[in-house]
Amino acid sequence: MSTGAARIEQSPGYDPDDMMIVAAARALRGRRVCFVGIGLPSTAANLARATHTPDLVLVYESGTIGAKPTRLPLSIGDGELAETADSVVSVPEIFNYWVQAGRIEVGFLSAAQMDRYANLNSTAIGDYDHPSVRLPGAGGAPEIAASCREVIVLIRQSHRTFVERLDFRTSVGFGEGPGDRARWGYRGAGPTLVITDLGLLRPDPETCELTMTDLHRGVDVDRVRAATPWDLAMAKDLKITEPPSAEELTRLRALQATQDR
Amino acid sequence: MAKIQGLAQAIEDLVHDGDCVAMEGFTHLIPVAAGHEIIRQGRKDLTLVRLTPDIVFDQLIGMGCAKKLVFGWGGNPGVGSLHRFRDAIETGWPVPLEIEEHSHAGLTNRYVAGASGLPFAILRGYFGTGLMDRTETVKTVQCPFTGEKLAAVAALNPDVTIIHAQQADRAGNVLMWGITGVNKEAALAATRVLVTVEEIVDHFEPRPGGVVLPTWVIDAVAKAPAGAYPSYTSGYSDRDNAAYVAWDAVSRDRDTFRQWIEEHIVQGAPAVSS
Repeated sequence: MSTGAARIEQSPGYDPDDMMIVAAARALRGRRVCFVGIGLPSTAANLARATHTPDLVLVYESGTIGAKPTRLPLSIGDGELAETADSVVSVPEIFNYWVQAGRIEVGFLSAAQMDRYANLNSTAIGDYDHPSVRLPGAGGAPEIAASCREVIVLIRQSHRTFVERLDFRTSVGFGEGPGDRARWGYRGAGPTLVITDLGLLRPDPETCELTMTDLHRGVDVDRVRAATPWDLAMAKDLKITEPPSAEELTRLRALQATQDR
Repeated sequence: MAKIQGLAQAIEDLVHDGDCVAMEGFTHLIPVAAGHEIIRQGRKDLTLVRLTPDIVFDQLIGMGCAKKLVFGWGGNPGVGSLHRFRDAIETGWPVPLEIEEHSHAGLTNRYVAGASGLPFAILRGYFGTGLMDRTETVKTVQCPFTGEKLAAVAALNPDVTIIHAQQADRAGNVLMWGITGVNKEAALAATRVLVTVEEIVDHFEPRPGGVVLPTWVIDAVAKAPAGAYPSYTSGYSDRDNAAYVAWDAVSRDRDTFRQWIEEHIVQGAPAVSS
């Protein structure tokens, strides 16, 4: 990611990453506890803290609960997170007592591939035994997907990332549709929001299939259809996302600038 | 009781060809110096275990020390792919690498069962994922009280676990603090335990959140200042983020990688980033 300072000089506007981060931060308004990974989710959660939800409790997988970083962390185990946390617990504790027990309100996930039921692949592209691209793997994702009360997915929308069929199912959204999560005994609601560079998608309450509910400004229906390999469901009352406000962008640039410190 | 000894001697005594070797450290307290010593001693056919294999595992894999990797997430944190790990899985270079992959929660609970002397641990997870079919050490179990179906993961008891910590005292007790990850469980699950430390002190100061491993569960303590480099040790050294970025270019090419290992690990030049 380029630095905040350079980007301000380059462009008074915003790019698709900025829009995704701002949309994710807005989705955290008034939330209490959020499980974050590095990259866009961490930036979004810290932007929420810097704007409308200062008391948002950030939980990182390394065991840091209530981290209050003054600069954006470079890894989920950044020393800054441990030093500013309310509590630092072990990895068994973070998964067993905090994630699995349902104490996390919102968890963020990303992936290389997603299908129409928001199932995610972060394991391999191609055949599992002979992958064309071996990806890092599951990490914390399966349990975040299973047990956080809600999940927000951040993913770009294209034929590469949105697929009819995952090459590997690393973590679950809604499986093959209604009833699967209950059958697996998962207590979290699953992905309630998917944020892409083109807009927002939400699961249909009846079918669980992702439905485009909002488009970012400047994006039209043809473009999202062209970026999606299946016949994408569209909300009847399709909304337009508010672009990032001047305040949101200023706070975001200030946060991004901390990465250079 | 832990022997306080040199790192090379400790690796020679405790790590043998074909062993199952867990080297933990969740983004902090990573036993990098010990990994380099394993490369120098040319260990082969190891089953390496770690929640988050990163650069030092990329190096061990690229040098052909491992025949199998048990893991949860293999990447260069904040940078991208581990190229030696990918090359081994995608093309079998320099030797084919068998993999057994878990979620972090699943592998963590394998250590917990191992440390507890139980045959397995349970968790709510894995169902609906492809991991269930691909991983022999995950099965389904029914709760005898509620009838709920849950995932069971087999206990993991490594032949040897290696961790890094801030301090040991002269009796070989070990103190670590900050993000201690799964270090305690990985150590207590193992048959043999080696701890590398930044410093050997006369007495421990009390530390908030400090974890003490008593000397009588440890086989060897070896002093390895900056032993987690390029990762960090809270209270002693910072993470060298540039080194993680630099590793991407070094590890992309097989020859560049081999040359880097020869210069920095085998010849023992300090592995500082330029």
